[in-house]
Amino acid sequence: MSVDKETVAKIARLARVRVDEGHKEALAKELSNILGWIEQLSELDTEGVEPMTSVVSMKLPLRDDKVTDGGYPERVTANAPEAAHGFYAVPKVVE
Amino acid sequence: MSELTNLTIAGARDLLAKGEISAKELTEAHVAAVEAARPLNAFITETPEKALAMAEASDARRKAGEAGLLEGIPIGMKDLFCTEGVLTTAASHILDGFHPTYESTVSANMWKAGAVLLGKTNLDEFAMGSSNMTSFYGGVENPWRRSGDNRPLVPGGSSGGSAAAVAARCALGATGTDTGGSIRQPAAFCGIVGIKPTYGRCSRWGIVAFASSLDQAGPMARTVRDSAILLRAMAGYDPKDSTSVNVAVPDYEKALTGDIKGMKIGIPKEYRVDSMPEEIDRLWQQGIKWLEEAGAEAVEISLPHTRYALPTYYIIAPAEASSNLARYDGVRYGLREDGKTLDEMYEATRGKGFGAEVQRRVLIGTYVLSAGYYDAYYNKARKVRSLIAGDFTKAYETVDAILTPTAPSAAFGMGDKMDDPIAMYLNDVFTVPASLAGLPGISIPAGLSADGLPLGLQLLGKAFDEETVFRVAGVLEEAAAFEAAPAFQAA
Repeated sequence: MSVDKETVAKIARLARVRVDEGHKEALAKELSNILGWIEQLSELDTEGVEPMTSVVSMKLPLRDDKVTDGGYPERVTANAPEAAHGFYAVPKVVE
Repeated sequence: MSELTNLTIAGARDLLAKGEISAKELTEAHVAAVEAARPLNAFITETPEKALAMAEASDARRKAGEAGLLEGIPIGMKDLFCTEGVLTTAASHILDGFHPTYESTVSANMWKAGAVLLGKTNLDEFAMGSSNMTSFYGGVENPWRRSGDNRPLVPGGSSGGSAAAVAARCALGATGTDTGGSIRQPAAFCGIVGIKPTYGRCSRWGIVAFASSLDQAGPMARTVRDSAILLRAMAGYDPKDSTSVNVAVPDYEKALTGDIKGMKIGIPKEYRVDSMPEEIDRLWQQGIKWLEEAGAEAVEISLPHTRYALPTYYIIAPAEASSNLARYDGVRYGLREDGKTLDEMYEATRGKGFGAEVQRRVLIGTYVLSAGYYDAYYNKARKVRSLIAGDFTKAYETVDAILTPTAPSAAFGMGDKMDDPIAMYLNDVFTVPASLAGLPGISIPAGLSADGLPLGLQLLGKAFDEETVFRVAGVLEEAAAFEAAPAFQAA
């Protein structure tokens, strides 16, 4: 699978990563190489093989649906670049 | 070199128990060693004051008769483990200034056992790499040099700082994490022991996530026994990690009986890759001989899907990484780059905060999970992963453990392989299959390359059978009698 500049722009947008215009061509080549190498999996017949979800066969543990933690917004937001009144602050999203 | 920094953990434990040395003396010697080893860049953050305070508290506990399993043992903590109040970076610009308000379960277990924190060790950014060169804080120098050649070499990665610190006698042991080989490969490159336990053995809670279905913490130390001591303290069930497995943690030291008579050791024929250097193959054959001399039987086995392990890994790990790293958006912690809108702020922050390799993997991961490609790539990889795990299940019907080389080469030069991601990925060709299958694997230093660099052998075991892995590793270690020391040792 060959990736072009436009595809790089599209997945960079999906991943919310800014990629400089001048770097997109080089990145397209790198990603194409990696994807081309990954492509060798297609030669394997995996018909009827169950996709792995967990390496350890175990049931996901359930716990009681009770609040067991929390109540300290100042600790939760302690590392925020910007926080106020126990909330994270971000650029305005609604006009 | 100080005698105290050249001790093993087991040796230090005995001297501490007899009262011949104090935790404070031991820690002071290591704090000085960490400082002396600064040219290696093995630590991102040094914590000398904290170390001394912890050592004094340790001495007080011992006096009160409350000594734990790691009482007074100074260690390095890979900077991927969240440590309360201590800068935690994952070697990424995007976590600038992050001081966790909580402690990872594994590090908490170690402090509870009495260990002393020397500092946070360097790594590849978000543990993505095999050279430690992708760290925002710069590469780490391997304390080893080729004979007659002074060019700096990489310590391997991603746990490169931990490996270099332990090899250079800055720490008696250190923690690592292994997603595709990040404990075992740097251990091999630096001539030390490193074990990745079974997936689920150590809690992932509080470890900065890379690929959650693969990430597993483990110890790095200079002997098999020391690794056994550390793992016992690190491991254990944790309800805060839903993939943590609720099984008892054995006393791994008791597994070091030296008796492997009658054990069957699998030698996978698919690991004899065409490009394998002759000296790696020779060491492997030597390892087989050592185990046979100790009474084990070498059995050729087949792991037929081995060659598909790396491409499978390079779909699954980036896919999980792209999801895990979505949380770094300039809102909750670390770096924020301004933008007029929320989306612009996200894009600017992530564009600036992630390094080239991390961006590459986030983009690959986003691509293989995107509409139209999910089945062709991601689901395909999950199916092949089942086949790879099945290969091991079948092999373990006839063998107790598997012996392979750890890495396809010795340590390479700083800056080498940087322009070819796939060449870099091939470093993990022997370690990735067991990661995909969630199985325990240890690397032990077994010999030197022609130019004087350490080479490792890898032993793989059955799920939750680290004891067999340790037992066989102990025999290999004794037979190999690896006593070479790196060129650089902290004074």
